[in-house]
Amino acid sequence: MSDKRKLLLSLFLSFLKMSPFTFGGGYALIPAIEREVVEKKRWLRDEEIADLFAVSGTVPGAVAVNSAAFIGFRIAGVTGAIAALLGICLPTFALMVVLSIFYVQFKDNPKIEAAFTAIRATVAALIAFAAIKVARASIVDFASGTLATAAALLLFTGLHPLWVVALGAAAGIMLVQFRSATGKRTKLKEKEPVFDYMI
Amino acid sequence: MLMNLFAMFFLVGLVSFGGGYAMIPLIQEEVLNRHHWMEAGQLADIVAVAGMSPGPIATNIAVAVGYREAGWLGAALAALAVVLPSFVLILAAGKLFFRYRDNPRVAAAFYGLRAVVVGLIVYAAFSFARHAGMMTATPDWRTWCQLAIFAGSLFALIYLHKHPFVVILLSGLVGIALYG
Repeated sequence: MSDKRKLLLSLFLSFLKMSPFTFGGGYALIPAIEREVVEKKRWLRDEEIADLFAVSGTVPGAVAVNSAAFIGFRIAGVTGAIAALLGICLPTFALMVVLSIFYVQFKDNPKIEAAFTAIRATVAALIAFAAIKVARASIVDFASGTLATAAALLLFTGLHPLWVVALGAAAGIMLVQFRSATGKRTKLKEKEPVFDYMI
Repeated sequence: MLMNLFAMFFLVGLVSFGGGYAMIPLIQEEVLNRHHWMEAGQLADIVAVAGMSPGPIATNIAVAVGYREAGWLGAALAALAVVLPSFVLILAAGKLFFRYRDNPRVAAAFYGLRAVVVGLIVYAAFSFARHAGMMTATPDWRTWCQLAIFAGSLFALIYLHKHPFVVILLSGLVGIALYG
C-alpha cells in the first residue's frame, strides 16, 4: 500500500471510530477530534485546528461533518476530504437506516406506539431546549430579540422558512449599518458561539 | 421523485445554519405542504428517531425520509444532498472564509441569521408539539401526561444536565408504563 493510500485509510478509520459519538451537530465531538488529529496522529498543530473549527462552524451544516471534511482536505486534498467525510458519515447513516427499518416494522406494535407517544413529548422538549441554548448565545440585545420574535411570528403566518432566513441576513446587515450611521455600535461576536451536542 | 428528494435536501443543506432543529420548519414545508409525502404525525416520528440516533439531526432526518420514500437509494441520495453544499463550500471557499470571516458585513449578516434561527427553532418546537397531538382543544389524560413528560424532560435537560439519549430512553420506558 502506498503512503497516500495508508494516509487515506488512516483518515477514514479515525473519523469512523468517532462517528457514533456525534450527537446533534457534534460540538461535543470537537475535543475528541482535537485529541485524535493533533495529539495522537500529529496531522495538524493546535492553532491550525482552531481555525478549521471556526470555519466549520460558520459554513452551513453540522460542525463535526464540516470539520472532518476540512481536516481531510488540509491533510490529503480532495480525496482526503472524501475519506474523512465517509468515515464520519457511514456509521450514523447505517444506524439511521437500521432504525428506520425497525420503526417501519414495529410502529404498529402497541408497546412501541406507547413509547413513541411519550418520546414525541420529549423531542418537543429537546427542540425547546435547543431554542433556549441558541437564544442564550444569539439574543445579545433588544434588536436581535425583536428579530427572533418577528421570525417566529412570520413563520406562524405561513411565510416560507427560506424567506425568513434570507430576511434575517438582510435585516442583520441593515441594522448594523443603520446603527453605525447613527453613531451606535453593535456588539458583534468575535468568536463563533460554541453550542452543545444539541444542534 | 428522486430528483425532488435530492433538490429538497440540497436546499436544506445549503441554508442549514444553526443546526438541524432550525431546519424542521423548512423540511415540514417541503415534505408535508409541497410534496405531500407523508402525514404530519409520521414526520414527527421521523424527527423523534433522528433525535435519538447519533449523527447530525438534519442528516438523520434526510436519511429516514429518503429511506421511507425510496429505500436505500433514497436514503443515500438524501444524505449526499444534505452534506454536499457544505462540502463544496469548504473545498471551494475554505480560503475565502478565512479572509471574510472578519468582514463587518459578513459578521452583520450572521448577527441577523443567528437571531432568526432562534425564531425558527421556537416555531419548530410549537409545530412539532402540534403534530405530536400535544396541542388539542380537548385534552384527555394522554395529552396531560404528554405535557407532564414535556416539562419533566425539559427539567432533566436544563437543570439535571442529562444527556438527550438518556432522557429519550427514560421517556420511552415511562411511555410504555403509562400508555402500554
